[in-house]
Amino acid sequence: MPNDIILLFGVNHKTTPLAVREKLAVGNGYEGPLQALRDITGCKECYLLSTCNRVEIVVIAQSDAQVEDDIIKLLFGDSVAPEQRQDYLYIYRNHEAVHHLFMVSASLDSMIIGEAQILGQLKEAYRHAADHKFTGPILNKLLHKSFSVAKRVRSETRIGASAVSISYAAVELAKKIFGNLQDKNVLLVGAGEMAELAAEHLVSQGVSKVVVANRTLARAMDLAKRFNGTAVSLDELFSQLEQADIVISSTGAPNIILHKKDVKPIMRIRRNEPIFFIDIAVPRDLDPELNDLDNVYLYDIDDLQNVVETNKSERDKEAIKARRIVDEEALKFQSWLESMAVVPTIAALRKKADEICRLELERTMCRLQHLSPDDQKAIEKMALAISSKLLHDPVSFLKNESCKEQHDVKVEIIRLAFDLVEKN
Amino acid sequence: MEETSFLLFQLVLAASGMALIFYGVFFVKQKEKIRTIARFTLLASGILQTIYIVLRYLQAGYTPITSQHETIVFFAWSVTWAYLSFRWRYTVKNFGTFISLLIVILLLIAAQASNTINTLPPALQSWWLPVHASISVISYGFLALGFCSGIMYLLQERELKKKRFGYFFTRLPSLDSLDQLNSHCLATGFMLFTLGIITGSIWAKQAWGTYWHWDPKETWSLITWFLYAAQIHQRFSAGWRGKRAAVMAVIGFAAVLFTLWGVTYLLGGVHSYAK
Repeated sequence: MPNDIILLFGVNHKTTPLAVREKLAVGNGYEGPLQALRDITGCKECYLLSTCNRVEIVVIAQSDAQVEDDIIKLLFGDSVAPEQRQDYLYIYRNHEAVHHLFMVSASLDSMIIGEAQILGQLKEAYRHAADHKFTGPILNKLLHKSFSVAKRVRSETRIGASAVSISYAAVELAKKIFGNLQDKNVLLVGAGEMAELAAEHLVSQGVSKVVVANRTLARAMDLAKRFNGTAVSLDELFSQLEQADIVISSTGAPNIILHKKDVKPIMRIRRNEPIFFIDIAVPRDLDPELNDLDNVYLYDIDDLQNVVETNKSERDKEAIKARRIVDEEALKFQSWLESMAVVPTIAALRKKADEICRLELERTMCRLQHLSPDDQKAIEKMALAISSKLLHDPVSFLKNESCKEQHDVKVEIIRLAFDLVEKN
Repeated sequence: MEETSFLLFQLVLAASGMALIFYGVFFVKQKEKIRTIARFTLLASGILQTIYIVLRYLQAGYTPITSQHETIVFFAWSVTWAYLSFRWRYTVKNFGTFISLLIVILLLIAAQASNTINTLPPALQSWWLPVHASISVISYGFLALGFCSGIMYLLQERELKKKRFGYFFTRLPSLDSLDQLNSHCLATGFMLFTLGIITGSIWAKQAWGTYWHWDPKETWSLITWFLYAAQIHQRFSAGWRGKRAAVMAVIGFAAVLFTLWGVTYLLGGVHSYAK
């Protein structure tokens, strides 16, 4: 136990290009690679996280260069030449590993800082490892702690509160207008890639119906199929506007295709149901004056970009707070680990004392058969009392919080002094 | 008894002030825990207000909605319980902050007014008093909720239209929920308001022999009634919603306040018992 260390091996979007990440041997499936990790001699507990942005392995293993080599070999397989591996790989040990894992779970190491997805992926990965008993007491504690750190960061900072991509910003605005998006209809005007992305986000928020209006109907039908929607031609735009709640426009038209005077009568037909126009076309498709109409909200690409910029700077501020929380929690975990190192030593010490007591009592009691059972009990009690009184000082020396950094040294001294043999 | 009553009123003020402070802190910090505390403080304030009104009833021997002080306390009580009854059904983010501010303002005004207990003029000695006055003031409570949601709507709509997201944007709920809240509050408030006018005119028939005699308060009530009626009608027929409905809720509430105070102080009439 005292010689075990926490090792974290990983590659992520910052260190490794996607082309390399997708070739990694452990990229797909969990059970196979976990089993292979477990089979490495010296590896006691293991866990593997594999997402599109990162692959990370955490193991509890004997401190041994061979173990590290084996894991690196397993991680990269044959896809990367050994001399290149060092450029991509990062290895963290003990405190640094804990800190890094907390950074990941708190979404501070993500491509988009603060996005919430990573926590779900982490839990999923943990479930795979825990279900097959690949994790043990230390990793269980460590991973559970990483979940609660993520939770704490989320509740104490506003890191995940604001959208930092254009399509997220559009969804956020739509929610501020409509509240619930469940029964809302989306109309895509033009079938551009950006529109598709924004629509995807809206659909994931539960938007009920998607209609695609495009100049070429074939393309509209393709896109509509993706969202289980319907395709219409661009001539039907006005009649479609009567039903749509969110309109995403991205045509390649050189001029404005929808004017204020066109929308005004439509609002009457809509009985003033609010409508949210998102114009992501350059040049713009929609008349900027639409925004002056009651219950009409128009955002163009610059407006959305502004929202994103303001949110980003706020998020960066919140990230500083979040880092402080991670630092704090990593330190707390460190001291838990150190106290863990003491526990088996104390147990071994007590066990040894108990054994000595038992042996000596047996030997003495053979010669003292004439004593009454009560007297025998009293002698037994005395022996145990002596041993525990003697142990009291070394145990409190081990447990002493004052010189935490020297836990290793203290454990070593006690083990040598009392000749506690390593048994694991 | 008078002393108890005075102390109780101070307690009501303190509890409402605390609720406002907690809601204010929640507004800034957005921590769930503080909201729970704020809710319970407001609930406590609501209970204290009820006790105060009951005590006053026992003291005076009639329903305490006759003097300025009593009416405004009852008004605050209506706002508090109208809010608490709505809260039961659905939550609207940070609505409590605005409501508790209104409650505290009302109670502070009540604190300024004289709280001496007058003997009831013979004209008011009828069991129509509790019916007519309480229904009317409770309707004001709901209309006040509509006013608050209207203000919140206008604040939020401004942010969305100007596209500059300040302090309120994240803290205020969606436009849709505010508009719905407005519509619900006005519907309930308007129904009670109508009932208040009907009971009032029946009482007038009993007391003075005519259903309606164009007392300034009656006239202004009617004007207020038409303002709300027009708005509700327009919502159903022409789909008036959003900003226009919010503005109308604010104007309607201004008319309510004028009916409650302006008439008493500026125009007089048989309803101006409350001087």
